[in-house]
Amino acid sequence: MTAHSNVSAGPMKGVPARAARAPGHLDRQIEAFALPLGALAVGLALFALFLMMVGKSPAEFYGLVFKAGFGTAFSWENTLARTSPLLLAALCVAIPARLGLVVIGGEGAIVLGGVAAGAFGMHMTGLGSTLGIVGMAVSAMCVGGVWIGMVGALRYKRGVNETISSLLLAYIAIALMNHLVEGPLRDPASLNKPSTAPLEAAYRIGTIPGWDIHWGLVVGILACIFSFVLIERTTWGFSARIVGGNIRAAQIQGLPVGWLMAGFCALAGGFAGLAGMLEVSAVHGSANGSLAGGYGFTGILIAFLARHNMLAIIPVAVLLAGFEASSGLIQRRMDLPDATILVLQGIVFISILISETFTGRLSFSSLMRKQSHG
Amino acid sequence: MSMILHPSRRGFIKGAAALAGVSALSGFSAVPAYAAGLTVGFIYVGAKDDFGYNQAHAEGAAAVKAMDSVTVIEEENVPETVDCQKTMESMINFDGASLLFPTSFGYFDPHILEVAAKQPGVRFQHAGGMWNADKHPAHVGSYFGYIGMGQYLNGIAAAHATKTKKIGFVAAKPIPQVLLNINSFLLGARSVDPEITCQVIFTGEWSLAVKEAEATNALADQGVDVITCHVDGPKVVIETAAGRGAFVCGYHADQTALAPEKYLTGAEWNWAKVYTDMVKTTLDGGMIDNFVRGGLAEGFIKMSPLGPAVPEAGRNQFEAVKAEILKGGFAAIKGPLKDNGGNVIAEAGQSFVETDVALESMNYLVEGVVGSLS
Repeated sequence: MTAHSNVSAGPMKGVPARAARAPGHLDRQIEAFALPLGALAVGLALFALFLMMVGKSPAEFYGLVFKAGFGTAFSWENTLARTSPLLLAALCVAIPARLGLVVIGGEGAIVLGGVAAGAFGMHMTGLGSTLGIVGMAVSAMCVGGVWIGMVGALRYKRGVNETISSLLLAYIAIALMNHLVEGPLRDPASLNKPSTAPLEAAYRIGTIPGWDIHWGLVVGILACIFSFVLIERTTWGFSARIVGGNIRAAQIQGLPVGWLMAGFCALAGGFAGLAGMLEVSAVHGSANGSLAGGYGFTGILIAFLARHNMLAIIPVAVLLAGFEASSGLIQRRMDLPDATILVLQGIVFISILISETFTGRLSFSSLMRKQSHG
Repeated sequence: MSMILHPSRRGFIKGAAALAGVSALSGFSAVPAYAAGLTVGFIYVGAKDDFGYNQAHAEGAAAVKAMDSVTVIEEENVPETVDCQKTMESMINFDGASLLFPTSFGYFDPHILEVAAKQPGVRFQHAGGMWNADKHPAHVGSYFGYIGMGQYLNGIAAAHATKTKKIGFVAAKPIPQVLLNINSFLLGARSVDPEITCQVIFTGEWSLAVKEAEATNALADQGVDVITCHVDGPKVVIETAAGRGAFVCGYHADQTALAPEKYLTGAEWNWAKVYTDMVKTTLDGGMIDNFVRGGLAEGFIKMSPLGPAVPEAGRNQFEAVKAEILKGGFAAIKGPLKDNGGNVIAEAGQSFVETDVALESMNYLVEGVVGSLS
């Protein structure tokens, strides 16, 4: 759990960022946990105030969240079953963020990845389980990769704002998905719910033995670990972080900035595409309009809450999935509308964003420095 | 990972025992002792006050709520993903629901089928009519209404109100159920005046307010002066159309309140009757039929009260045709009839009554409808 995402944090004194006794290093380590946790606590407290304003009991609310999200074996299954697409969707935001790119259109790569997997399963039949599933995964990752890779390339080549372009591309992707599953890829037997042809049984991903959760959870966790190692422990990742820290410096150093942007965006899109493939193979059994389930947008919140740390995504995704798992019980028991959980997520999100502005300002040693400089 | 897995694996055994307990309980209560209290769960894909599809179901749920010894639990905005499966299981595990109405069409396959396989003691009732004795379990049922007849009556009211002889239809997707509604609307209008044409615009999504408003405005711009729709929530279409001075016919639920002067009539679901009947059967210890359908005569469908803009002649014809439909055996689709590409749909003397299964794979727009399926 390292927080030194930006090499620009703190004054450069010729000390390597990871040297054990670098001033402020410990502060940044503490800060990486303290800031988001503090912001989460503030967000939850503000939401409690909001609940009291509408005359509901915060204690009952948080009690129900705990019970329905984490309180029983079923609650854990409910939460973890929702976690798997969120992990991959969050990576689609967090990876580009480390290069300084705010990509929020992962939903587009998810739905197109799902369609690609559905199309592969429909046309390449009889390959057997392993080849079939790998084939679906690869085609989904390619399509998702091209979709978000395009965003990175457009940013570098044409200066197109990646936030806007990825969001708009998500709407295009959803329209394209609808066109494909209602037109060229439609199974004629899917009358009132246009879908691709049902996948053969061998192409379906099953559940983890003893659990009512599909293997997508394991895939998502492995993807987070892989991304963590890639970003934090390889020269590729180091280059990417330099691009994120100071793009001019990266260019002066001769780093292939354009390739790094397009490549890491493509990887991010590949993960989102994989999320779509898992939805098709493990949940739906065919590609159809239900793929646009909003996972891509929850992923944005998770990535920001995790401060774009690939490993922190795992617990944050579980927490958010738990919130969503509890949404139903809250509707049923407290007679609160469905939007309640969205209000909670929104307040927590704003609270986290505000907390970012305190980065590097709350540490004890920086206070000392300020005093010594008068 | 082991930190997450360990307590849950221990909890899993407890959970399995609890699950077994719940299913044993619901198996036990299939005998009349049940009457002590039946918990019925309703699940909606959108907001339950959407003036449309979901509100129609929620009104049915409200009628069930008023019955003795029944507890109603509801959850709205549940997407057609694993969320929907977990919502059903949550209602079963936490609230002891033993009769579920997951109302969105897309919930059936795979979501209801998945959960039903794990919960043999719970009854699942799905709106959409997809149950098939050869493929689906006996504790799952489906029901649907012949609402096309309601659109036929809408067409009669529209024909008496239009001045331009151009009526319009804002449709979600070109699927059989929607096409039957469009064709019925036009044929109803043409039964009054054969010169009337109907312009159709597909938005591509069940719920997409911006495109619904654009489509309605585009229709009004072309001189269309009576507009109806088939989208999940007709509110935007009704208000936009009325704002442009056009008359409106409702769909799904009663939208009189949205445009009291411009509202002619509307084709509404009457789920209150269907749901109270089904719950009553269950309370009496009986089994609900697996495959239930009905139209105006069976009380599955009803018409909104005629608005002030429908002239006397229109009222008389509307009531006369309605009385005809109530007798049964009425056919809106009857020969000689061509589609709008000139292909013969029905020869003279050939007719398709509302119960005809051939209508369930409708893939054409009849002559007089301006628009295409792709």
